[in-house]
Amino acid sequence: MSSHHESSLACHSLAARLEKEGDVSVADCYQCGKCTAGCPAAEDMDVAPSQVLRLLQTEAPKHEERALKSMAIWMCIGCETCVTRCPQEVDLPRTMDFLRQEALARNVANQSADDVVAFHKAFLNSVEKAGRLFEFGMVGDYKLRTGHFFKDLGIAPTMFFKGKLGLLPHGGANKREVAEIFARARAVKKESQQ
Amino acid sequence: MTNLKIGYFPGCSLQGSSRDFAESLLAVAKALSIELCEVPEWNCCGASSGHMIEPLVSVALPINVLLKAQKAGLDQVMAPCASCYNRLATASYEIAHSPTTKAQVEKVLQTSIGKLPRVLNVVELLAQVADQISAKVSKKFEQTVACYYGCLLVRPAKITGFDCTEDPVEMDKLVAAVGGKSIDWNFKTECCGASFSVSKTSVVGRLGAKIMNDAVVRKAEAIVVACPMCHSNLDLRRGEINQRLDAKTNIPVLFITQVIGLALGLSEKELGLRRHFVPVKFPAKPAAVAAVP
Repeated sequence: MSSHHESSLACHSLAARLEKEGDVSVADCYQCGKCTAGCPAAEDMDVAPSQVLRLLQTEAPKHEERALKSMAIWMCIGCETCVTRCPQEVDLPRTMDFLRQEALARNVANQSADDVVAFHKAFLNSVEKAGRLFEFGMVGDYKLRTGHFFKDLGIAPTMFFKGKLGLLPHGGANKREVAEIFARARAVKKESQQ
Repeated sequence: MTNLKIGYFPGCSLQGSSRDFAESLLAVAKALSIELCEVPEWNCCGASSGHMIEPLVSVALPINVLLKAQKAGLDQVMAPCASCYNRLATASYEIAHSPTTKAQVEKVLQTSIGKLPRVLNVVELLAQVADQISAKVSKKFEQTVACYYGCLLVRPAKITGFDCTEDPVEMDKLVAAVGGKSIDWNFKTECCGASFSVSKTSVVGRLGAKIMNDAVVRKAEAIVVACPMCHSNLDLRRGEINQRLDAKTNIPVLFITQVIGLALGLSEKELGLRRHFVPVKFPAKPAAVAAVP
């Protein structure tokens, strides 16, 4: 594979790194479009799933940048329909995971994706702190990150009275152990990319 | 009937917004003499957010759970939440197929990883005891329902190895085993929007509306699920769905464990039925008409 651009993370194309780090070969895609046809989120995407693969296939920096800055990578729900139906078994969900990570690492994530990013961060932050997800705390964190203070206030009381909204985090997990898993995973990931 | 002992990974949703799933599962397991041994000190599997932005964490967390189960002497772990099930199964698959990932996770968890417990979902477990369930039915579940499998119970096949990816039938068989009927419909495995419930509620409304519409048009009296996200997106988010459909759909959404529990004669309270947003009520059946001589 050719190596066009020289970004902070070595001079490999995203396609080459995806093959090495994620065992996904975008070259296998012959653009049949089946992934796009069955994608439940395709209509909300600025770049169709099959086009995301095409952008990576060219290995051109401007195409890679378009994929990284797309809203499409954040609208992917991770339903696994595309890879299940792909005649070439190209793992598109994993490609999306890789692109999301890369977009965050390069700080180029689409601004319209702020809410989605905030949700994922609030979710993992809650798990990192308590070992288990604390839903009420996570939603509070999400609201602070996004400013959507009034969203869903309507259903909260019903959830509370139905016993579906716990106001205190759950014990039971080994908090320290989980926090260490997060820390070491980040360190190992960093090390592997050097 | 031999007693079945199996590892149990509740997952975070079952402690919070899907307590009804946990309650009904535990009640049904008790009635069927299935011993569910909770994995000691279990942690969150990382769910969708983990693999979406921190892939290594998303493998390390589930493997940590499986290692704890193994230490406790459990050779099978059942995860009722479809997302937890999928994450546990995906992590096991990656450890078995990628030496690089395995080495990285071993570094993260500071231990070597040997044979891991087998991961199974709740439908798989109940299917194993379908005969016992049939034999214990005290009150037939005489409803016509739409079995909704969603995404992560069946996809991708190489990870789950469970049922059929496009037209799964295992839940339909369980409904039949307790006297119910299930419809043929188009949205069995279509996505409900999953974790977008909070951050992209409009997507959940749009996808949920399509699912609900097909179920209602085909005269389902309820939707049956085996996933906390499918449940909350179709039950708790019914307001958005109805707004989009410009209709007042009121068919309830039941966990498969609640359907079985009702047939086994368990109470509404034991099955957590009062926690639903859409009340669990079924239309009265017309009295049987005597044949005209």
